[in-house]
Amino acid sequence: MHGFANPARFLRMARWLTPLLLVAGLVLTAVAMFWGVFATPADRLMGETVRILYLHVPAAWLGMGGWTMIAIASVVELVWRHPLAAIAARAAAVPGAVFTAVCLVTGSIWGRPAWGTWWVWDGRLTSMLVLLFLYFGYLALAGAAQRDMSAGAGGNRVTAIFGLVGAVNIPIINRSVIWWNSLHQPPSITLGNSAIDTVFLLPLLLATLGFSLLFAGIVLARMRTLLAQVQTEARLRRRALS
Amino acid sequence: MRIMNEGLQHWPFVIAAYAIGVCATLAMVAWSWFGMKRAEQRREEVRRK
Repeated sequence: MHGFANPARFLRMARWLTPLLLVAGLVLTAVAMFWGVFATPADRLMGETVRILYLHVPAAWLGMGGWTMIAIASVVELVWRHPLAAIAARAAAVPGAVFTAVCLVTGSIWGRPAWGTWWVWDGRLTSMLVLLFLYFGYLALAGAAQRDMSAGAGGNRVTAIFGLVGAVNIPIINRSVIWWNSLHQPPSITLGNSAIDTVFLLPLLLATLGFSLLFAGIVLARMRTLLAQVQTEARLRRRALS
Repeated sequence: MRIMNEGLQHWPFVIAAYAIGVCATLAMVAWSWFGMKRAEQRREEVRRK
């Protein structure tokens, strides 16, 4: 891990890994979508709307996974001051926010025919909405810290602490359907067990893998973008001072 | 579990969900890829100057 904290080494690896992850993610996601929409049967209870889950479940997983990555990178940033940790945390924020929004919107679209309502203020939906607002707050804070150069490392630390504190919402989202009465169904997939029939489970797992690879590729592309911006600004500043 | 009691057509909901989800994902892939290319190109330009 410490080896990859070196920006030059990271760039050497990211140059070939970014397109590879993006292409593999796009192909796997397209196959899973096609499989889920055209090659699986309708569910006995959910009917055709079961197909929305091949999009909704990976988006939910990546919305929460994005913030988990922010929290881990924030710890690394605060404790070890790795030069790439802050960049990794910021890189995960936009894709995490987009996937959280996709999860909320597709869940709402599924809820209308399934539950008879677009939205209900229950534990799972509300905690997921809170996650989206946390992403907005994180992005605003990271943007302000980057703009206000006088904040320096102090601004970065505040952003990292916010990333760490916000992680308290992740176990709340995960346990919300168990802690509170909810329209949302309890966990269907747990470690080593699944309540979902194989005919639906396989395209769902493939979609989750495809979207996860896409997420990883997007995070790497964002890291390269942020790193290039930091290096450009540093060079321009050095030139202005000399 | 009572579900689907309104007799709504399901496919418009499925199509709307996929249109939003797929468009958002593709837009994000394109934005991150072209943003990266732009930022790295600018870094090289500044380095050469």
